[in-house]
Amino acid sequence: MNDPILSVRELSKKFGGFTAVDRISFDVARGEIFGFLGANGAGKTTAMRMLCGLSYPTSGSGTVAGCDVMRESERIKRRIGYMSQRFSLYDDLTVLENIRLYGGIYGLSRRRILRRAVEILRRLDFRSESRTLVGALPLGWKQKLAFSVATLHRPELVFLDEPTGGVDPITRRQFWELIYEAAAGGTTVFVTTHYMDEAEYCSRVSVMVDGRIRALGTPAALKKQYAVATMDEVFRTLARGAKRSE
Amino acid sequence: MERSDCAIEVSGLTKRYGALTALDGVSFRVGRGELFGLIGPDGAGKTTLFRLIATLLTPDAGTASVDGFDIGRDARRIRARVGYMPGRFSLYPDLSVGENLDFFASLFGVRIADHSDLIAPIYRQIEPFRRRRAGKLSGGMKQKLALCCALIHRPSVLLLDEPTTGVDAVSRSEFWDMLSELRTKGISMLVSTPYMDEAQRCGRIALCDKGRVLAVDTPAGTAARFDGALYALSGPDMYGLLLAARAAHGVRECYPFGAVHHLIPGRGFSAERFVAELAGKGFRNAELRPAEAGIEDVFIRLMRHE
Repeated sequence: MNDPILSVRELSKKFGGFTAVDRISFDVARGEIFGFLGANGAGKTTAMRMLCGLSYPTSGSGTVAGCDVMRESERIKRRIGYMSQRFSLYDDLTVLENIRLYGGIYGLSRRRILRRAVEILRRLDFRSESRTLVGALPLGWKQKLAFSVATLHRPELVFLDEPTGGVDPITRRQFWELIYEAAAGGTTVFVTTHYMDEAEYCSRVSVMVDGRIRALGTPAALKKQYAVATMDEVFRTLARGAKRSE
Repeated sequence: MERSDCAIEVSGLTKRYGALTALDGVSFRVGRGELFGLIGPDGAGKTTLFRLIATLLTPDAGTASVDGFDIGRDARRIRARVGYMPGRFSLYPDLSVGENLDFFASLFGVRIADHSDLIAPIYRQIEPFRRRRAGKLSGGMKQKLALCCALIHRPSVLLLDEPTTGVDAVSRSEFWDMLSELRTKGISMLVSTPYMDEAQRCGRIALCDKGRVLAVDTPAGTAARFDGALYALSGPDMYGLLLAARAAHGVRECYPFGAVHHLIPGRGFSAERFVAELAGKGFRNAELRPAEAGIEDVFIRLMRHE
């Protein structure tokens, strides 16, 4: 792969005698929507934390957005976007205050924050809600806003950890259109999900089992390889062989 | 369904929190021995409904009964016959697996051995961790322990609030296998889930959104409510295809649906002309074929018409 945005080799993380992530190696191309799948306890979260610069690998090497995963975790954090299902925005700040706060954290100028705020509010059709407390928004709206805030500084790479859990089917699709749009605009998207129909929306998908990457490819190629009709069946075939559960 | 055959009957149930109407005149019946699903996203009012039926909240309007007992007048009787597994883990994290079970058994004045046929198949899976503190269990194990505790007094009605949320596809499927097994033992179940694919595991389902029930039917009956034509569209560059399809002549709606896009034709739509129009825009290998609607298509349509 030419000039991948993310490239890791033999990345491992051990907690005492337990190997949570076991020598994973893979590349993510620029502009890709990369689906990072795995059963509960397969090591997805631990792997993702290392890739985001939130935890040091025990061994291995690699780069994320041009930064070294072993030595430049602080730089990684500044160059990527990150959104998790559990925590993303401040409930007791308004929509606009959240945008301004994160813009400040990402070090954007006041003018640029204002310009991005207008863009985001217009794109999400949130203009009438700019002074609404985030806590009062429906979950789906919050998640769409959280995605926009995670990409406020137009990072080259954004990590999304189960962004659509519990969201209604219409909003879930609107969310994926934001992802498509970002990818079409050149942002690389790295996403985890438990919805297997969403795995079909990805350019390529990897499946982790017991700390290792067991399969990696386009959804079409994986379905062909396992001779099944859906990504759900691909996932089940692989995850059934898992030895550990969390 | 006759009233006397009802495990749960809910009629015009309404609950408000200040200005927010969490539950807005909801009515349905769950038959004895039925596995009934509440399918809907966060904010649909599912948890409020469970808490009302479990007699933990009182409604602002409407009524509900469990095995013929009214939630207002017969709360004690109802509590003795329902098993409630809340969405959030609510066992004692500092007690071991065994201690939690003993605690719940003593609350209900039963011995674990009394209902071992019911619990044994599930308990067997967590027995190796009997001495572990509940707070230290994995998500899947916690879920199994919570189910054991909810079953300990052999309830006639089991209330399960999003037992599979955040759980991977394989563990979700295993959990539904356990529920199917419980159903053969005559336990009536009300289960909520945000995952549309789990609707297939229920006898009947209610589609819920924003405090209202949009439809009650069997899974097949729900899917059959989709009237009119539906197409599946696929090809290279799916995102480009989606935007092009929406802009094409006679297309009412087009949205991603797994490996394909679902397309709902409007007035004056012609499949041939559509394919030709897309080809003219550079999408030469787009494939359009008739598709069968699923529960999610019906849900989307009902939400739009709200």
